[in-house]
Amino acid sequence: MSKIFNLAWVFGLLSILAVGGGTAVLPEMQRMTVDQYHWVTAKQFRDIYSLGQVAPGPNMLMVMVIGYRVAGYLGATVVAFAFFIPDCIITLFANRMWLRFADSPWRLAVQRGMAPIAIGLMLSGTYSIAQLSIHNWLSLGIAAATLSVLMWRRVNPLLLISVAGILYMLLGPNPVTAIRSIP
Amino acid sequence: MNGVNQQYVCMNSMNEGCQSGADLSEAPPVRERPTIGELFKVFLTAGAISFGGGVVAYLRQYLVKVHRWLDDDDFLDALEVSETLPGLNSVNMSVIVGDRMRGAFGAAVAVIGLMLPGMVVMMTLGVLWDQQRHDVNLNHFLVGVAASAVGLLLTVTLQLGHKQFVRPLDLVLMAVTFVAVSVFKVALGWVLLVVGPAAIWLYRPHGAVETAERFAHLRDRFHSHRSHWRH
Repeated sequence: MSKIFNLAWVFGLLSILAVGGGTAVLPEMQRMTVDQYHWVTAKQFRDIYSLGQVAPGPNMLMVMVIGYRVAGYLGATVVAFAFFIPDCIITLFANRMWLRFADSPWRLAVQRGMAPIAIGLMLSGTYSIAQLSIHNWLSLGIAAATLSVLMWRRVNPLLLISVAGILYMLLGPNPVTAIRSIP
Repeated sequence: MNGVNQQYVCMNSMNEGCQSGADLSEAPPVRERPTIGELFKVFLTAGAISFGGGVVAYLRQYLVKVHRWLDDDDFLDALEVSETLPGLNSVNMSVIVGDRMRGAFGAAVAVIGLMLPGMVVMMTLGVLWDQQRHDVNLNHFLVGVAASAVGLLLTVTLQLGHKQFVRPLDLVLMAVTFVAVSVFKVALGWVLLVVGPAAIWLYRPHGAVETAERFAHLRDRFHSHRSHWRH
């Protein structure tokens, strides 16, 4: 029961801290779920994150799988509510207030002040996933190739991601090295 | 941000015949409010087919172009609010648009519609993964996916931050945030509590930054030709 309570508390907190979206909160999520509560290992965290990339809709629905690992379907449900409901309520009321202050100069100050912080946090989130996944030239090449292709033209990311997964499956290091190089 | 509209001007007069995807400024006025059922259907569709994280782009396509419940300026305004508030941008967008169309109930219906398909797929994948998580091939596949996601995340961050990456003050705020979180592992709550108010103070109305910028006309010209990065 205390596990369920902790899940609700951790993901409720992460929900409120998610300024800049899901990516921005990834380092904190990893810190809490991996280092602090040991619900998943770093490797499992990375794998669950990858599953979120393959599913439709918001990628951060992957938090449900963390909940599932900890406490089955109940855990998944609790995490989904804890991670999404607080933000929805905040947004509902903050947006209504926002519209009332449409002409306030402070509104612009908040927007412009928070924007670079959100971008910095997204970079941190990207860095976290990079640390978990880029361990050799092949994975580095995959990341660089994805970036280049997407900068060059609009491609469905799912296509790139699937190709990347299959590529790594075929060309990745043999199991012995894999175990040694992945924390 | 609204410069997006000026970037691509569609030559076809009929919207249906236009392929550029950015003829939104020429779309006819917003139509009447959708019913709850229509709202649910549209968000459910967006939630079901938006693979790879581009949920906001799909919402824009449906809400602005296909159904014309919003014009593009409304959409971009709502997106700006979504980005400033905590939470996923796509979910926040659903709340804002749902609320605008049908009040709080509309917001709830929009969010549920957006998340329902992903939740089902995600849980199915999660349970399968949990059973097979020691499979070497599966592990390798997921490492490849994560590595590719790094490229994708970097692209999204660069596009979202195209305005911030050219302003020295924003670069400093960005660097402080990144270093605090990724290098010194400061808890996110503290970073937000300290850097957030400081950044808002720096951009306060009639503050030094704002006053200086009022005279920097050149910069605006620079932005207008960079703004196509955004979408």
